[in-house]
Amino acid sequence: MTDLRDLYQEVILDHGKSPRNFGLLETKTSDAHGHNPLCGDTVTIYIEVDGKLIKDVTFEGKGCAISIASASLMTDILKGKQITEAQKLFDLFHAMVSEDSKDIDSYTQTEDLEKLNVLAGVRNYPMRVKCATLPWHAFNAAIAKGSKEVTTE
Amino acid sequence: MINLETNSINSDLNPWKSDFPIFDNNLSEKPLVFLDSAASAQKPNIVINTVRDFYESEYANIHRGVYSLSAKATESYESARKKVSNFIGASRVEEIIFTKSATESINLVANSWGIQNLTSQDEILITTMEHHANIVPWHLLRERTGVKIRSVKLDKEGYLDLDHFHELLNPKTKLVAITQTSNALGVNNPIPDIIKAAHAINARVLVDGCQGIVHNSVNVQELDADFYVFSGHKLYGPSGIGVLYGKYELLESMPPYQGGGDMIVTVTTEESTYTVPPFKFEAGTPPIASAVGLGAAITFIEEIGIDVIATHENKLLKYATSLLQDSNLITLFAPTTNKAGIISFIYEDIHPHDIGTILDQEGIAVRVGHHCAQPTMQHFGITGTVRASLGLYNTMDDIDSLVNGLDKVKEIFS
Repeated sequence: MTDLRDLYQEVILDHGKSPRNFGLLETKTSDAHGHNPLCGDTVTIYIEVDGKLIKDVTFEGKGCAISIASASLMTDILKGKQITEAQKLFDLFHAMVSEDSKDIDSYTQTEDLEKLNVLAGVRNYPMRVKCATLPWHAFNAAIAKGSKEVTTE
Repeated sequence: MINLETNSINSDLNPWKSDFPIFDNNLSEKPLVFLDSAASAQKPNIVINTVRDFYESEYANIHRGVYSLSAKATESYESARKKVSNFIGASRVEEIIFTKSATESINLVANSWGIQNLTSQDEILITTMEHHANIVPWHLLRERTGVKIRSVKLDKEGYLDLDHFHELLNPKTKLVAITQTSNALGVNNPIPDIIKAAHAINARVLVDGCQGIVHNSVNVQELDADFYVFSGHKLYGPSGIGVLYGKYELLESMPPYQGGGDMIVTVTTEESTYTVPPFKFEAGTPPIASAVGLGAAITFIEEIGIDVIATHENKLLKYATSLLQDSNLITLFAPTTNKAGIISFIYEDIHPHDIGTILDQEGIAVRVGHHCAQPTMQHFGITGTVRASLGLYNTMDDIDSLVNGLDKVKEIFS
């Protein structure tokens, strides 16, 4: 039995209740909508990109504590990053929440990964991994084009 | 066996739970509290053993071999059809078609009867409380025929708005496709009245009995339903088997749904001629063992009595409703009377998926989300609920566990 507190850590409950960077971004240069057909959760990611620099990221949406906290943490971390850095973080984050074999400690080398590590407990709940990755998929779609909808299915 | 009806909700006195091996074999640390029978029910020993015995000593393909094993398998399969026919009060056994699911049964009607009879001048009437299986096949049919689809609203509480039903019913209505019982809310619909009104304007009626047949005794002739569909797995039978009942003269007039072996009279490379119902609609090798298992499930239910099961579930429903109503943090959806053993609720503003995960850690299995009934959720302006649904193995202890589990949710989210 895994401890529920590993999943529902204080940081997650806090971000879930009071999400950061929530709302429309007036200066957006792109956006993308994400949707999880299983639960009906939705998220829209707004980004302002200047060259290769992510100047600002915000989001709107409805979802569970995990997906809202994940979107909130993600937007906090990606602000001011280069696009290539963001994509590398997504790869590491994806591995962190979905790969059983990896040691959690190996993800905590940087400050960003340490922050995201609060979501690592999701790996013990296979049905919930998509909740944590949905905002990242939507962010990727916003970078890739623009406003094409992504789904977790 | 005295007073079973009154005592069965007491955990020590439930006489049926021990028939379900999953409650002994479940590998998790906590005892299984299974409150998701509306999605699929657990299986009693008689069903598991019947399917195993069939594979071990009777199995062969049906309707094909001249050898005795095939004859024996055919007899078992056809005897299951007879059991279904008696169980729902069909006028003849040929009115029972085995499919892989209730979903396939509805798709069969849409693709056969629907294509044959409906045009862009016609209308199909559905309701806001249908699950997706009784919505999407009609959308697909609309793409091919242009038929119009109209939907009856629900009232504030979640009952069907009968005034709106009568308002929408008109001479263009050729089919009313309606659920007997809402899978998301548990609400029962007044099916006899709806069928009478539809027949008065010569519309046909398809009744989705997936939830209804689990909690009510059904007689399709008394209902005068034109089509009645249900699945085996919600009725304590195996997955992979569904039933379509249709009035014989309707089935006779309908073209085949799929082509293949066992549904023909003669085949040349140029053309085929088709056989009679039910075989006309059972192309290819059917789910033989699952049909035999469904027969065993029906025997199981008949021995207990569907009314006894309904009484048991109603008592639990009352008990659960009264406990959940005591909490002012919980909003119950749909009324508390005239419904099946389904309780749908939200808990403060906590997302149903978070609740589902936390309850799972306590060994409690509930369904969370939209229950494949998104229009019902849209009616209430929500994306999902927590749904606890009851079966004959549930007891008051399960309800107490649910309530305690919700306290745990509160503890984590407070």
